[in-house]
Amino acid sequence: MEASLYRMVRLIRRFEERCVELVRSGDIIGGIHPYIGQEAIAAGVCAALRFDDIITSTHRGHGHVLAKGADPIRMLAELCGKVTGLNRGRGGSMHAADFSKGIFGANGIVGAGGAIATGAAWAFLRQGGGDKVAVSFFGDGAVSQGVLLEAMNLAALWKVPVLFVCENNGYATTLTVSESVAGTICGRASAFGIPSSTVDGMDAAVVFEAASAAVESARRGEGPAFLECLTYRFDAHHTWEHKARVRYRPAEEEVSGRLRDPVEIAGGRLDPAERESIDEAIEALLDEAVAFATTSPAPDPSTALDYLYGSAVLP
Amino acid sequence: MASVKADAGTISYREAVAEGIAREMRRDPAVVCLGEDIGAAGGVFKTTAGLFAEFGPQRIWDTPISEQAIVGAAMGAAMTGIRPVAEIMFSDFLACCWDYLANEIPKVRYMTGGQVTVPLVIRTANGGGLGFGAQHSQAVENWALTIPGLKIAAPSTPADVIGLMASAIRSDDPVVFFEHKGLFASKGLLPPEGHLVELGKAAVVREGTDVTLVALAYTVPIALAAAERLAAKGISTEVVDLRCLIPMDMTTVLASVAKTSRLVTVEENPHQAGWGATVVSVVVDEGFQLLDAPVRRVASANVPLPFADALEDEVMPTVDKVVAAAESVANF
Repeated sequence: MEASLYRMVRLIRRFEERCVELVRSGDIIGGIHPYIGQEAIAAGVCAALRFDDIITSTHRGHGHVLAKGADPIRMLAELCGKVTGLNRGRGGSMHAADFSKGIFGANGIVGAGGAIATGAAWAFLRQGGGDKVAVSFFGDGAVSQGVLLEAMNLAALWKVPVLFVCENNGYATTLTVSESVAGTICGRASAFGIPSSTVDGMDAAVVFEAASAAVESARRGEGPAFLECLTYRFDAHHTWEHKARVRYRPAEEEVSGRLRDPVEIAGGRLDPAERESIDEAIEALLDEAVAFATTSPAPDPSTALDYLYGSAVLP
Repeated sequence: MASVKADAGTISYREAVAEGIAREMRRDPAVVCLGEDIGAAGGVFKTTAGLFAEFGPQRIWDTPISEQAIVGAAMGAAMTGIRPVAEIMFSDFLACCWDYLANEIPKVRYMTGGQVTVPLVIRTANGGGLGFGAQHSQAVENWALTIPGLKIAAPSTPADVIGLMASAIRSDDPVVFFEHKGLFASKGLLPPEGHLVELGKAAVVREGTDVTLVALAYTVPIALAAAERLAAKGISTEVVDLRCLIPMDMTTVLASVAKTSRLVTVEENPHQAGWGATVVSVVVDEGFQLLDAPVRRVASANVPLPFADALEDEVMPTVDKVVAAAESVANF
């Protein structure tokens, strides 16, 4: 488990770093919300999931999508707007999805995935016999969105197998948690009778352990659970900040926040030779992904109207 | 049986809603309903009466007053393969969950390159005429018409409620299903089992040669009443019940205009950005040579729907307004 957790944390880190380079080179248009610093959460939670469980993700979703099993090569092609991408170039960074892997999509609307995951979990209950769970990832900003509170209330009422995972990176875009959250984050879960815990979101093994317990209780029919993972976003809210030079975090905090690095924490538990071989394999994979993404064809403009409806709309 | 208490052969529009849902629920165990007060209470408009008794709490789910959670959860469930029928009690409340109607449900199939369908029906009680005031009366079908990715049905008769409900529930695409509050008490023929009305097929509900009235839901009986009055004045009126806004059956509308060369749309939504503007734009674009007179749009005034009935009548489409508009183009 330690090696596989490290591999995923490292893969996400390097994937994101390559993405930032591709934003700079213009291969990724529109920029990305880098997940750098928060990798242990996606890696730890998704390691506790099965292939047939589902997740909803966020605008900062690359890590979740990769950790749930999407192909990094087709993922990168999607970010580059290529027809070979996961979504055939129709989605991009904020909408990457792979339903065949239970990835119900990154989502550009803060908090929206909470109700979608709750509904999927409700359907799992209804479909009977199975013990699938749904996980909704969201940031600390989403705890001030009404829809998330509606979803948590419904999930608790209906006792559906959903895990709410709050990635508290300290900032809702530029606003600190203390400036945007009255009460506490876990207090929202308590209000609905949903068991919650706050864990170190920089350590994938800690996240994995906490997520596993929550997922197992959901599988046993004990209803929703809530996990607050404390983390720090190492990079910008969005790569646009690299140009716009938005400043809202104290310089000393940006240094201290990076001292505990999820890659080093997970990697420190491995034999150096094993770690090196994992790193090499990741570099080779990402080299292949970048080559594939940058050389794949763009979608044919004549297909711009495809995929809107499942059945023909014109009589 | 669900709610059918009607005499042999007839059913009310209100009962037709439950009957239409019940027929599909008997046919397909994947169909489930969720919404506010739809269970043992049978819905505040009694449009789900009998469903809870027949199908029980595992298929008929009462929800808290949480429009976003209702529609968002229905979307998530639909993407796992079940077929939720979600009720939003008053169509005005669609605004409370508009993110899901505007950003999530209609976009996910497109955004994911066709990976998923959202076989979901959002039913809602639409329209004015009952004195419920501005936040419980508006005709908002044109809101949904602004969104590529949704389908929109708005039946005018009990038979169409049942036939379109069947198509909507069987549709792999999301359908917003507008039930009109002003029509709930109206009665019509009970269609046989298996009755299906294809989405996007208009109906010519009265044939005529001088002017075409294109109507939807509550304005269909208004247009038919106007046609009677116009007949007495020697004007032969064809009435097209559009039945759906997406897909919009412009083939039928253009064929009618080819016959009559005159067009009036009869809409309950406000005039600004109402669905008639889309009908007219297509007719002018594709059928300009068919027209022998300017087109007219009878729609609600561009105000929130007022409370007092004297004011409500003033701003909503009426038979008088339709007769006047049809006469003006017939005599052009």
